[in-house]
Amino acid sequence: MNKKGYLILENGQIFEGISVGAEKQVTGEVVFNTGMVGYPEGFTDPSYFGQILTMTYPLIGNYGVTDKKTWESDRLQIRGLIVSSYIDNKSHYTASQTLSDWLKKEGIPALANIDTRTLTKIIREFGVMKGQITFSPPIKSGLFFDDIKDDNLLPYVSCKKPSVYKGGDFRILTLDCGLKENQIRIWQKLKVTVIRVPWDYDPFKKGSDLKVNQGLTPVKFDAVFISNGPGDPKQAVRTIEIVREAIKREFPLLGICLGNQILALAAKADTFKLKYGHRGQNQPVKDEISGRCYITTQNHGFAVDIKTLPEGWIPWFTNLNDDTNEGIRHKKLPFLSCQFHPEATPGPTDTEWIFEYFLTEAKKWLKKP
Amino acid sequence: MAKKTLKGKKVLILGSGALKIGEAGEFDYSGSQAAKALREEGIETILVNPNIATIQTSHDFVSKVYFLPVTPYFVEKIINKEKPAGILLGFGGQTALNCGLELEKRGIFKEYGVSVLGTPISSINVTEDRLLFRKKIESLRLKVPHSVLCKSMGDLSKLKDKIRFPVIVRAGFSLGGLGSGVAYNFEKLTQIAQKALGLTPQILIEEYLDKWKEIEYEVVRDAYDNTITVCNMENFDPMGIHTGESIVVAPSQTLTNHEYHNLREIAIKVVKSLPVVGECNIQFALSPKNGDYRIIEVNARLSRSSALASKATGYPLAYIAAKLVLGYSLDEIPNKVTSATSAFFEPALDYVVVKIPRWDFLKFKDHNEIIGSAMQSVGEVMGIGRSFEEALQKAIRSLDLDYEGIISDDLDPDKIKKGKKIRFKSIDPTPNRLYNIAYNIFFGQKIFEIRSRTGIDLWFLERIKHIVDFYKRMINESKQAIKEETLRGAKKLGFTDTQIAEIYHKNWEEIRNLRKKWNILPKICQIDTLGGEFPAKTNYLYLSYHRMENDIKPGENNQVAILGGGPYQIGSSVEFDWCAVNSVLTARKMGYKTIMINCNPETVSTDYDISGKLYFEELTLERVLDIVDVENCPLIVSVGGQIPNKLAPKLAKQNVKFLSNDPYIIDKVENRQKFSALLDRLKVRQPLWKKLTSKKEALKFANKINYPVLIRPSYVLSGTAMFVAYSKQSFTAYLDHSSSIVNPEFPLVISKFIRGAKEVDFDAVSRKGKIIIAAISEHVEHAGVHSGDATLVLPSFSLSEKSHEEIRSVAEKISKALKINGPFNIQFLIYERSPFDLEVLVIEANLRASRSFPFVSKVLGVNFIKLATEIMLGKKVLPIDIKTPPYFGVKVPHFSFTRLRQVDPVLRVEMASTGEVACFGKDFYEAYLKALLSTGISYPKKSALLSFGGDEAKQRLLPAVRILHKMGFKLYATRKTGLYLRNYGIKSEFVYKVFEKKSPNVLDIIKEKKADVVFNLSDRSDIDMKAWTKQITDGYLIRRAAVDANIPLFTKSTIANLYVTSLYKYSLDKLSIKSWEEYVHEK
Repeated sequence: MNKKGYLILENGQIFEGISVGAEKQVTGEVVFNTGMVGYPEGFTDPSYFGQILTMTYPLIGNYGVTDKKTWESDRLQIRGLIVSSYIDNKSHYTASQTLSDWLKKEGIPALANIDTRTLTKIIREFGVMKGQITFSPPIKSGLFFDDIKDDNLLPYVSCKKPSVYKGGDFRILTLDCGLKENQIRIWQKLKVTVIRVPWDYDPFKKGSDLKVNQGLTPVKFDAVFISNGPGDPKQAVRTIEIVREAIKREFPLLGICLGNQILALAAKADTFKLKYGHRGQNQPVKDEISGRCYITTQNHGFAVDIKTLPEGWIPWFTNLNDDTNEGIRHKKLPFLSCQFHPEATPGPTDTEWIFEYFLTEAKKWLKKP
Repeated sequence: MAKKTLKGKKVLILGSGALKIGEAGEFDYSGSQAAKALREEGIETILVNPNIATIQTSHDFVSKVYFLPVTPYFVEKIINKEKPAGILLGFGGQTALNCGLELEKRGIFKEYGVSVLGTPISSINVTEDRLLFRKKIESLRLKVPHSVLCKSMGDLSKLKDKIRFPVIVRAGFSLGGLGSGVAYNFEKLTQIAQKALGLTPQILIEEYLDKWKEIEYEVVRDAYDNTITVCNMENFDPMGIHTGESIVVAPSQTLTNHEYHNLREIAIKVVKSLPVVGECNIQFALSPKNGDYRIIEVNARLSRSSALASKATGYPLAYIAAKLVLGYSLDEIPNKVTSATSAFFEPALDYVVVKIPRWDFLKFKDHNEIIGSAMQSVGEVMGIGRSFEEALQKAIRSLDLDYEGIISDDLDPDKIKKGKKIRFKSIDPTPNRLYNIAYNIFFGQKIFEIRSRTGIDLWFLERIKHIVDFYKRMINESKQAIKEETLRGAKKLGFTDTQIAEIYHKNWEEIRNLRKKWNILPKICQIDTLGGEFPAKTNYLYLSYHRMENDIKPGENNQVAILGGGPYQIGSSVEFDWCAVNSVLTARKMGYKTIMINCNPETVSTDYDISGKLYFEELTLERVLDIVDVENCPLIVSVGGQIPNKLAPKLAKQNVKFLSNDPYIIDKVENRQKFSALLDRLKVRQPLWKKLTSKKEALKFANKINYPVLIRPSYVLSGTAMFVAYSKQSFTAYLDHSSSIVNPEFPLVISKFIRGAKEVDFDAVSRKGKIIIAAISEHVEHAGVHSGDATLVLPSFSLSEKSHEEIRSVAEKISKALKINGPFNIQFLIYERSPFDLEVLVIEANLRASRSFPFVSKVLGVNFIKLATEIMLGKKVLPIDIKTPPYFGVKVPHFSFTRLRQVDPVLRVEMASTGEVACFGKDFYEAYLKALLSTGISYPKKSALLSFGGDEAKQRLLPAVRILHKMGFKLYATRKTGLYLRNYGIKSEFVYKVFEKKSPNVLDIIKEKKADVVFNLSDRSDIDMKAWTKQITDGYLIRRAAVDANIPLFTKSTIANLYVTSLYKYSLDKLSIKSWEEYVHEK
């Protein structure tokens, strides 16, 4: 029999479930995701760092855990997991272990048999909801929750040291705010060399040469890419400053998710917290320029306020569900960003073209072949 | 775009005609949603559909209806008359699509300037033609199953190194699968090829996708290239079993992110390249070993799967598709479910749905129950749950087959204790496979073994094992009282109170009370298409034990709940959906908040915008009580057919409130003994009858009243287990076989079977016992053909005024005695020897709307269900007097015998038709001929095959044959028939019977299509004995061959004579092209 466990919410509500992961008490922001497939990809997405993730799809674990090369980082990023029914299976040909084994191995607690729909509705209404997973009988009051909102989470998820992924002549400096591995895979597929640097790495400062493979390489790049990442974009002060400098120097820029918000903030626009965050693989966006619509993967609680966009900038994508911004671009310069995840994994591949599109625009601007 | 230019113009919608195997109620759903979408745009919609029981053929949905065949000939005539600006081909199944393709080929659309709205014909051609499709897919660098053509053994040896095994060899198309086979190595392939090449000039060697997963995506694309996949679905049964025959799960369960989104990307790529505008469906095979895929096919139209996807997700596919066809883009159409978001999105499910087909093999005697690549199921159900186990067990119960869940009666606690030696059951694909798998797992068969034999993914088998293991655990613990935790666990896995009660030696009420005490109650869940991410205003609901609170606050005032008809099956299909929907619409108009409970995804009643609230739930006592407990409202049980009717007395015992009749009265009518006693008391005549208690007694009684005798159980639907015995021999055979098909809960009754009598369906609505409106429809066939299989004529064509009066007076007596308040139906037998010698006998009565309600309502222009609902809801409705109309409506059954390979296509007391059509005409003959042509039969040219068994048959058919002769038909006849005809100066060409083993025999004439129509009258004994003895007779071979060759077949003299007379009176061009409105003025 599995051990009983509890999820205690900030508002005092308690959900009882059974343990299917590590028996470890954790605290974190409780969020949800509506995707029906792709849990290994999702759980390793650094944007979930520090969060207790609730899956709205009720059966989780169906195909076990796929090979590491499909993961979005080298470990589980979620702090805890909440599901309705846990399915203990590894019969799929790509599975090397069950989800429960993986969670236990990496010390991540998980509860099953929880009414995830009711929980989702609570989270949705409260916006940010902190919670604790515990395996001792719950105490109703006096719980201490870390205040997650004020924390800058980027140091925890960003790479510690720069590294280079060889792809081709075109070099892109990637500010790693907690990037998903598939972004690198796509750049490499497009024959782009990726210079991956920590979130606060300032390439414009003198003596900022990269220490790669024990040797020093001068920082040379053609464009800047700002990855996704967790938390409130306004916490990423250093990254915003670096991007502002890149704008000034007219480097082609592409931002994804948190990168979109950072680009907006760097351009002196504002961001705000959404009433209902976008968390799933079925998010519809419309390209404001072409009128075409796409289904995208999204995972964000903040958005760019388009009313504050300065001269020269325009909205690029808009969410069809709630009309909030899903991307911005500059009218003349190759500064582009999107709020959703064009690299997908998990999710639909409708917008993978954005990588290539950016590359073409950047090359046009740089007059590079 | 079209959305602006079509306003105020006419658009023609083609329907799918009669319900048949492979094309059923889903097209009433898609057509009616399309009609709604068009009407909102101010377009004048004209519908061609002879299926009179559909909901779409109503002025609530379309402006004008033509009850005429959906064939190129008739549709062209209608186009010529109406001059529509556009036409929709994608909402009426394959029938509409084929008709459209043919019209295009004939240049009709061009000639009349009709634009084909939606997916262009050129795209449809690609999807319909295997070679073009393969070329197209290969040009996209995507994969279809490998195949090579091989013309000789020499070819084969050259191919040796190129062939990857296993392969399937397909021989020439005309041979009906003869010579096909599967080869796992070259040696076996050589063997098969040698044989096949002896039969046919070329063979196709195709990659055999044995045990690959079967996955489908529903894709929607607008004219601006915006494309989404609304849903994907995974088949429980792997490749090799038609998707209509498979258990289907949505969303897919065993696919990884890569597999799911890779196939999605491919689906979108294919659809964009065709291109499709509107909706389509794409099928994939996916290897469980390495994730490799093949594209199997694309259906460039609404399909059975799209109806299922629509109900599974809450996304109104057909409605949206129709808007797209008019030129809207996906993002400008609002999401009707959430009322907040747009139609450009992909639903996120937070539940699982399981669809299970419903077969009616029992109804088709002599049928082989193996399921395969051809569709044979007649309906389907869907279960929704928060776990696969919950959804699966709900779906099983929804089938209405007396299963409480996957644990069948064979695993009853007392049966398994006996310690008999256990033999595993067959897990070949049959309707019982699911239960047999559970049985075998219970007795220790390893799921790995089941997987390797069936190809069913381990994931599904593990889920079944989960249920079985829990069942075992309960049995082991059953000596103690049930624990709260166990009860909660059992409910989450979908066990019923009855099942749990049996295990723990309690009754179901005790378990139910225990649940209430422990607060183990199912909670109301909303289907909101977005996994709870945003608040949504949706009325689409189901119940689950995996929740702790309700999504909505139930129990509003002024509510009424209507029980729908459940799965389509022989004897209960779209006509009861028509009744249920019309009841809901009426109650809504009267200001009531309506609740619909139904579990059939092919229906209009389960559409999101029909009722105030929709509970997509099983129609079982436990579940209806659960809903009544929270909604606390009265029920209407008399419009959904036999399933709600059967539930009514049980619900009444629990003090559930009903509108309409007192449920105890239902029992008085359905219980034959009680009903018979009532008739005696009222001095109403009925055929002699007796309740059957023992075999000996039964045979004695049969002897007394003389053969033939009719045997039937109480609470019959469509004549289940009914049988006519013509001799002691066949009666004995029946008694020996019937124990398994007769439910001991209800008594069995034998009565005198009267031959040669006229049969009448009396449909009426009463208010407090007084008849408000009534219709008398006369059967063309004499008594002995099930009323569902009979040809119905309204007004009656041969009954005397006196008979009419007598029928009416008997009905009034019964209505008054039972104080009927609502719809009812009585079946009569009429013997009219002379105006003074008249006998009117009551055979049976139903205190509910009958199958013929939509027919009589539409023929007379008065909606019987509307009146019935108004009365049930307490409105004072005054009697309506109907004048005999100056036209005729004729309803003709549609049989799907072509699909059922071994069934003997004759009519019996048990119903066998899968659907029906009805048409209008200025006389009986015109209406009949139009209706007959609507069932897919073509107008015969100039030849007929005749084979009559016995003198009586020959004599009865003589008038028809004389007419055929006069019309210049070339006649082929078997020896005795030919000799008989020669006596009357009718020449015929002689053909041998099969057993004579000489040619040309009857089968040659049929196979070579020398005859346009076959008349075969057999001796009664020939037909009925076959059911038990499995002998193959000549009559059977003739009938079967005619059906297989798609040649019209007549086996009843009444119908044969009517048919021939109609042909004589009406050549094709004399059949008038008139709309419903030109005949009938609705009141």
